[in-house]
Amino acid sequence: MKTEKKSIRRIRNRGKRLDAWQLLLLFLLLCLTTVLGTIIWTMPENTSGLTDAVARLQEQSGVESPVTAVLLNFRGYDTLLEVMVLLLAVIGAWSLAKAPFSGQAADTGPVQMGVVRLLVPLMFLVAAYLVWQGSHLAGGAFQGGAILGAAGVLLLVTELLFLPAIPALPLRIGLVFGPLLFVVIALFCLCLTGHLLGYPEQAAGGLILLIETACAISIGLTLASLFAGGHPEDDHPQSVNPTEHSDKEEWP
Amino acid sequence: MIYSILTLFDIILILTMLWLAWCLLNTEDIFKAVVLFISFGLLMALAWVRMRAPDVALAEAALGAGLTGPLFLSALRRMNRTRKGERRLDSDENREKEHKANQEQG
Repeated sequence: MKTEKKSIRRIRNRGKRLDAWQLLLLFLLLCLTTVLGTIIWTMPENTSGLTDAVARLQEQSGVESPVTAVLLNFRGYDTLLEVMVLLLAVIGAWSLAKAPFSGQAADTGPVQMGVVRLLVPLMFLVAAYLVWQGSHLAGGAFQGGAILGAAGVLLLVTELLFLPAIPALPLRIGLVFGPLLFVVIALFCLCLTGHLLGYPEQAAGGLILLIETACAISIGLTLASLFAGGHPEDDHPQSVNPTEHSDKEEWP
Repeated sequence: MIYSILTLFDIILILTMLWLAWCLLNTEDIFKAVVLFISFGLLMALAWVRMRAPDVALAEAALGAGLTGPLFLSALRRMNRTRKGERRLDSDENREKEHKANQEQG
């Protein structure tokens, strides 16, 4: 009993008294804050940064939105790596566990089903619109993909029965589709113009939209799979014959 | 520098975010921290809008608040299900076995 009381008191006192380690951390944090504050304070107020450079090259980029131009044309390599990071995250999650589906029909009320029926198509529509809008206003592959992922989360939360039955192969193809298309177009551009992701000027707009659409689908699937928290039901790495195992073909 | 009603809004926004950040770091209850984190993400999206970065705001609202929150919540649920000293993978399998046994009985 005494030790219990002591531990309770220790928990209550936590945050009130700081030990040496916490003091050191606090000191380091204060240093970081001071440095950041000084940098912001001494920054010249009216610099446009790279705005002028982007605006000058805007016509060549194939899109009207400067943000999309930077993300997918001028710094397309960064975006390619970001998409790859998401793919790596799913591979990590899939190698850890199987998606924990309960396998029984959840008792979803009629209101919830109605909301899902209304919202999911609307979310798909909004996602498509956001990807399309990316060429001239705010929006793009990540935003559209996030909305798609949220639609997937909504379906997963409702525990619809068809979700655990989704076979692994189409899911895998969907997950790699965006990044793969991105790489293929990048290599194609390398052959054509001599620069990785250096789109030919006339086709730039179309290629960017193509990449964004494919990536949005893959990102949406990626985020939904991450929420599902594991590989699908029919995906048994141990039970499959190693010669038939298709993992190596799909995850190069 | 022009002061307007928006300046007041900005100040309130910043203060609320700082307060929320402090609350979510200071709380003992992880569930409460996750909920506070989601609301922090929404306010952060608002802050990005005020900084005239609608692209980042959209991504923050959808990813920061809309997806990270549910991810945390589902991780929390799986953490709570795990008994002490048990791997999560085992707990999933055990649950499945229990469920199958229940089905056979019922």
